[in-house]
Amino acid sequence: MFRNQILICGGTGCTSNHSRDIIAEFNKQIAERNLAKDVQVIMTGCFGLCAVGPVVIVYPEGAFYSCVQVSDVTEIIEEHILKGRIVTRLLHKEPDKAEVIKSLEDTNFYKMQTRVALRNCGVINPENIDEYIAFDGYQALIKVLTEMTPQEVIDVVKKSGLRGRGGAGFPTGMKWQFTHDAVGDEKYVCVNADEGDPGAFMDRSILEGDPHAVLEAMTIAAFAVGAHQGYIYVRAEYPIAVERCKVAIRQAREYNLLGKNILGLGFDFDIDIRLGAGAFVCGEETALMTSIEGNRGEPRPRPPFPAVKGLFGKPTLLNNVETYANICQIILKGADWFASMGTEKSKGTKVFALGGKITNTGLVEIPMGTPLRTIIEDIGGGIPNGKKFKAAQTGGPSGGCIPAQYMDIPIDYENLAKIGSIVGSGGLIVMDEDNCMVDIAKFFLEFTVDESCGKCTPCRVGTRRLLELLEKVTNGNGTLEDLDKMKELCYYIKENSLCGLGQTAPNPVLSTLQFFRDEYVAHVVDKKCPAGVCKNLFHFTITDACKGCTLCARKCPVGAITGTVKEKHLIDTTKCIKCGLCMENCKFKAIIKE
Amino acid sequence: MKSIADIKAIRDKMQAEIIARDIKDNDDIRVVVGMATCGIAAGAREVFASLMDEVSKRNLKNVKISRAGCLGMCKLEPIVEVYAPGKPKCTYVKLDADKAKNIVVNHFVNGNEVAEYMITNE
Repeated sequence: MFRNQILICGGTGCTSNHSRDIIAEFNKQIAERNLAKDVQVIMTGCFGLCAVGPVVIVYPEGAFYSCVQVSDVTEIIEEHILKGRIVTRLLHKEPDKAEVIKSLEDTNFYKMQTRVALRNCGVINPENIDEYIAFDGYQALIKVLTEMTPQEVIDVVKKSGLRGRGGAGFPTGMKWQFTHDAVGDEKYVCVNADEGDPGAFMDRSILEGDPHAVLEAMTIAAFAVGAHQGYIYVRAEYPIAVERCKVAIRQAREYNLLGKNILGLGFDFDIDIRLGAGAFVCGEETALMTSIEGNRGEPRPRPPFPAVKGLFGKPTLLNNVETYANICQIILKGADWFASMGTEKSKGTKVFALGGKITNTGLVEIPMGTPLRTIIEDIGGGIPNGKKFKAAQTGGPSGGCIPAQYMDIPIDYENLAKIGSIVGSGGLIVMDEDNCMVDIAKFFLEFTVDESCGKCTPCRVGTRRLLELLEKVTNGNGTLEDLDKMKELCYYIKENSLCGLGQTAPNPVLSTLQFFRDEYVAHVVDKKCPAGVCKNLFHFTITDACKGCTLCARKCPVGAITGTVKEKHLIDTTKCIKCGLCMENCKFKAIIKE
Repeated sequence: MKSIADIKAIRDKMQAEIIARDIKDNDDIRVVVGMATCGIAAGAREVFASLMDEVSKRNLKNVKISRAGCLGMCKLEPIVEVYAPGKPKCTYVKLDADKAKNIVVNHFVNGNEVAEYMITNE
């Protein structure tokens, strides 16, 4: 029995902030002080509040320490562990009220969330199967194997209303039914962990924080559709997730929860890992399966759908990581419990990866139908530096923007589709008044141009032509006809591309054209970038407020600023590279962007 | 080779161990042990260990033991305060390992506060 348990985040975010060194330091000091019997150090998955990492939680008090450094370890041990005094200095503070929060559950960030898929992330040690079992792990599998028929399992999933969390939102139960009904001597169950959307990282977090939940759900799925082999297709860029999956599979095999004759109940299923090399298109289901087969990851036309003819030509069930993460809870708590959350057609919860201009960068899980305003203002802590919210981008390069006037619509699959965006894999990038919407569209299009696999012409050539038109606009050479041409080209690409990548690639352009046409018009008619982002459309000038301190002239990397002491300086716009250093450094706010 | 019974056994064993971490339920009996320097010097560690031991042995999932700093009455340490839902706070003083065990049995299991260990006005 341990007196204290110290939980330290070992997710990717905190690891890159040296949480491993903190773990090592805790272990070292605990050994030195002979506390190993009393105090346990546990590395967990992501807590979700990546912005304030590395995160350390000390139980039984549940004291929530944020931004912990290696040098803080001694103080935590001496004060908190030895003397029982919580180190107030290190406790997490809510930004708006600067009030010290003692427990994780008391922060606004956590209070308003409903954690289903992320329930174990940050709670259990992902590399210890016993902890997963303690939190009802593998109980759903036992229930399925001992009490239910495959059809009953599928019926429960259908009734729950769970829809694919990878982006398209296809009803999961239907997919399972199709694969179950398909005729084949062999079937496969795969999980899509090729999370490619810029800014989305919930799948990584689940695999890092709760890998057994995915393994268990895959085994349940295999039982339901009649498969005996599964594959985890995960990006090689997620080394921690890959490692934890390997550990989890090994432990599950040791416990006879994978392999032949699972738990002596006569069902065989095993899982292997396949690494993706990072191509965005491999997140598309047919390309993913081609890649597992060992070929170049390129999509193929559908139908036939994977449920009929998938991996190695056999019926294959492919779901997203987050979809699987919900399955065990649905089996244990029932379809009605799951269906009680969310909206009429979108049930349950969804994980969003908050990023961009937001105070609490991190992972949040909310019931479907929560308004965007709640996510951004209450959970996300609002926009930093008192800036104004302009738009939120959902669904990454396949999605669109939600402008400020739609902040109160309940977020679900249908409502987002109505305004030209998608739920997508759940990336949610917040933009404030300093972001140029044309530039945002250009950013996402550059990504898809880069990632287009090149198999079909509309996507390969079309997206490149579209990008050229966008560059024309941001360079100040665009015309109003170009805007119409862009729109036409967008629809052409959408209708003629082979796979989801091309069919959705124009969405960021279409959506910004719809909601922020005034910004496009400002670029082509007034030749101005209202947000001051597009470098060819603004220049810096020095106003009469200049005191002649010469600081800007000394800071300018290209020597574009001239002037003598105590006299107004001048910027040579032909030399200026618009880096903005002069404006940042001016103490008199005498340099402005025009 | 593990069977269903093995998995259930692991679950029960581990649940007892991680109970300390589960602080979500608000209907719990919350037990706070004063563990500042004064308390520790008076033997609060032994009291704490004894409470934890007894609670886990009896598998009392609704009892949550945590620690606090000095309450200001150092001469009465080790002090344990018990917050049960819907009842006024109960403060036990001058405890030791055996008294702590009695509190677990009488108060947490049977619901009878142990008057002889409670704080008085003297």
